[in-house]
Amino acid sequence: MNTVSTESDTELVDRLARGAFGYFETCVNPVNGLVADNSRPGSPCSIAVVGFALSCYPLAVERGWMSRRAAAARTLATLRFFWDSPQSAAADASGHRGFYYHFLDMKSGRRVWDCELSLIDSTLLVAGMLTAKQYFGGSGEESEIRALAEALYRRVDWRWAQHDSPTLSQGWKPECGFLHYGWEGFNEAAILYVLGLGSPTHPLSDRSFSTWTLTYQWEHLLGQDVLYSGPLFTHLFSHAWIDFRGIRDAFMREKDSDYFENTRRTIAVHREYCERNPRSFVGYGRDTWGISAGDGPVDDIARERPKDNRHFGYMARGAPYGPDDGTLCPWAMLATLPFTADAALTGTRRLLRDFPKVCKDNRFVSGFNPSLAANTGGWLSDGWFGLDQGLLVMMIENARSGLPWSLLRESPEFRHGLARAGFTGGWLPA
Amino acid sequence: MSPRATTPVMQKSPGATARMPRVASKDSRVERERHSYDLVVLGAGPAGLTAAHLAAREGASVALIERSVLGGTSLNTGSIPSNAIIRSARLFASLRECRLLHDSGVLEPAANLQRVMERVYRIRSRIAAYSSRERLERAGIDVYDGTGRFDTPQSIVVGTARLQFGKALIATGARPTAAQISGLEEGSYLTSESIFDLVELPARLAVVGGGPLGCELAQAFCRLGSRVTIVQDEPKFLPREERDAAQTLAESMARDGVEIFLNTRVVGAHVEAAGTRLETRSNDVVGEVVADRVLVSVGRTPNVETLGLQLAGVAMGDDGAIRVDEFLCTSNPLIYAAGDVCMAHQFTHVAESTARIATSNLLGAVRRRHTELTIPWCTFCDPEIAHVGLQVMEARGQGIPVKTFTVMMQDVDRAITDRQDNGFVKIHVREGSDTIIGATIVASRASEMVNELCVAMSTGIGLRKLADVLHAYPTQSEAIRLAAMACADESPTARPAPTQAHVVDPGTPRRSR
Repeated sequence: MNTVSTESDTELVDRLARGAFGYFETCVNPVNGLVADNSRPGSPCSIAVVGFALSCYPLAVERGWMSRRAAAARTLATLRFFWDSPQSAAADASGHRGFYYHFLDMKSGRRVWDCELSLIDSTLLVAGMLTAKQYFGGSGEESEIRALAEALYRRVDWRWAQHDSPTLSQGWKPECGFLHYGWEGFNEAAILYVLGLGSPTHPLSDRSFSTWTLTYQWEHLLGQDVLYSGPLFTHLFSHAWIDFRGIRDAFMREKDSDYFENTRRTIAVHREYCERNPRSFVGYGRDTWGISAGDGPVDDIARERPKDNRHFGYMARGAPYGPDDGTLCPWAMLATLPFTADAALTGTRRLLRDFPKVCKDNRFVSGFNPSLAANTGGWLSDGWFGLDQGLLVMMIENARSGLPWSLLRESPEFRHGLARAGFTGGWLPA
Repeated sequence: MSPRATTPVMQKSPGATARMPRVASKDSRVERERHSYDLVVLGAGPAGLTAAHLAAREGASVALIERSVLGGTSLNTGSIPSNAIIRSARLFASLRECRLLHDSGVLEPAANLQRVMERVYRIRSRIAAYSSRERLERAGIDVYDGTGRFDTPQSIVVGTARLQFGKALIATGARPTAAQISGLEEGSYLTSESIFDLVELPARLAVVGGGPLGCELAQAFCRLGSRVTIVQDEPKFLPREERDAAQTLAESMARDGVEIFLNTRVVGAHVEAAGTRLETRSNDVVGEVVADRVLVSVGRTPNVETLGLQLAGVAMGDDGAIRVDEFLCTSNPLIYAAGDVCMAHQFTHVAESTARIATSNLLGAVRRRHTELTIPWCTFCDPEIAHVGLQVMEARGQGIPVKTFTVMMQDVDRAITDRQDNGFVKIHVREGSDTIIGATIVASRASEMVNELCVAMSTGIGLRKLADVLHAYPTQSEAIRLAAMACADESPTARPAPTQAHVVDPGTPRRSR
């Protein structure tokens, strides 16, 4: 039964947060704590999803979804695995130089798919470890959690990842070295630079963050002054851990804004874009939006299709520059709850009313495209993806109790990294 | 005769030289007794032709040396023939769009490349007439064919003639950089010059290099009917352009059906009966592309090797280009340079502008700096990409705070009616003012639109002022006015709202820490 029209905001948010957290209960290997990238059979572990899981366990404890002992045990199993798993330049290691490969085998924990040693995914993993370090303040197992989390963070060789450059590439492979791709323009890499700068052992160089921010563009776009990045998730990932309200780096001081406000404006841009709906996609509107990274339909016969009608599969979609193929991420609106609660809730209710299939077992699918097969409710992604669920749990909690933010505001690693990146004001010490 | 040889240079008689004073008539000019000139220009491309005409008009005696054909790269193997092909390709793309309005829905015309090229040659010949040998002669310019080479700091040998000069201008341009790919020998692949010799459409065309020329020709040949694959070793096309422009172009090319491999190097080639097989590598991923013809477009190399620069005391930079100061003077104070042979911006309009500046400077008239030029450039894909001034990153690197006013073409009525709404106008101003420091336009006619901003920047017109300028409606240039209006509407004292988290009912955590 569709209860969305009768339940209160609190009931709705409760239900969807609990449903999202359920992913980490069903898609985890309890022996080593590894969590699957998605719920499809045979999915490997995504280290970023593990980072979200580690961050969500404390929230689950506080919400009564998990006992503290169970959360600590799961967390400890995870940290022990990462501490003990092989670190070397070998092609089948779990990691190298303190970083980890993007995807690991769920059982052995070894690298799969010849994937890259991923800097951003390692960062999200480490952020989860540091969240656990902040939350589990007790003795015994909790003491070991803190020690392991700190040791794992100290082991990461961020300076090596700079590879004689001020800025960072997106990864490294034993077969070819550092990847050619870097980070241009604002995106989810803010937390990568903050944690890299905060390292007491192998920190990023002083100018790394400021050099990266040289690629920023401050635009007046669809009525908003905004630091542009197309996909919504790039404006959310770092915010899952860092309370950006009122703290500013040099760029934001220059613009008299901050990253929290910037996400709010980005949401306004996305809503405006979907209302204008220049490509006439089905479903788009002021209260149906959510263009981000996620699963989507595929076709590779571009030449045979009319112009403007291609589909990209799993991709980071963005607005207003694109790419945009009519695919929306149904979890994305609710994930903006800390920023624009009214828009998040109104949109989520509208979505659940108009496209109820996007939420199965109280858990949002990764993507849906109502422009395809519109007569049958549109294309729907199969299963669930862990990144979506973890981000949703954390952002809902940040909007409700602010627990992730309050935990990490006290993290010396985050505070030091933010200070070295030039952040001042707000909750940071003068 | 090669179809590219539009305006062959006539051979001077052996030993023919001339001597001051400058002769007035064509007949007297060919008396060939002249040895000494006020100005000797090496290269008859856009820069050389411009300089020769200007100097002659100022009363200087001028010799112009060209080893190939008059007109240079732009006319013969550059923007003129490529834009002629692009026009034909756009026509075929439009015809395919017609199927959306056609009852049967089927319309797949195939191009006859020979006819396309015949049109290219006609266009080239027509434009070449403006810089013909006859016109040069009427202007009093002595034209020498052959390869000019300095033999002293004040003289040039060409054929059997030795020309003393008061001043010299090097305007020898640049040529396609040779492929450095094992197995791909010169002659076994096409360049941005030799591609215009094709008379048969390759069924499969591989393009190596994602710069402007590579992208333009890849998209054009795809639209004409080739199955095109483009391999670019950078993570994006057009490294000089900003991310959003390059991404828009990549999506547009993909929609046309171009197969795109970014961040991919060609590491080897095998020329076989079934076609050329290119071995590719993207990080650790090995692949291959098989094509009937391969176009290599990986940059341009200044033409300096045969000039005898050492004897002239002319120094080169590490990039192989002639080193000039801001007045375009080389390390030899008698010798100047202009155009592709010395400039990082290798465009026809830059060649002509730098030639004007160099000529003014070497004649001792008003001293001008090439660094004061406001340089636009365009990539003639669909949509076109045009840029002028600073990129945001350059400006920020110089400590300039930047704000960008953006208008999406999807919000411009004329772009919507023309189904050309893929793109944007970005105008960068120095924050806190309306001083335009740069702009990028991605639009179907971006190359036309950017000129409005060039005028504004060159004359110091601020962006707010453009809001007061009536723009005809509906036009795509209205995008510039919309950006200007956003700038004009801005309150200089506007401040963001205070940042507070919007918190829903927090609910009651069931456990406390």
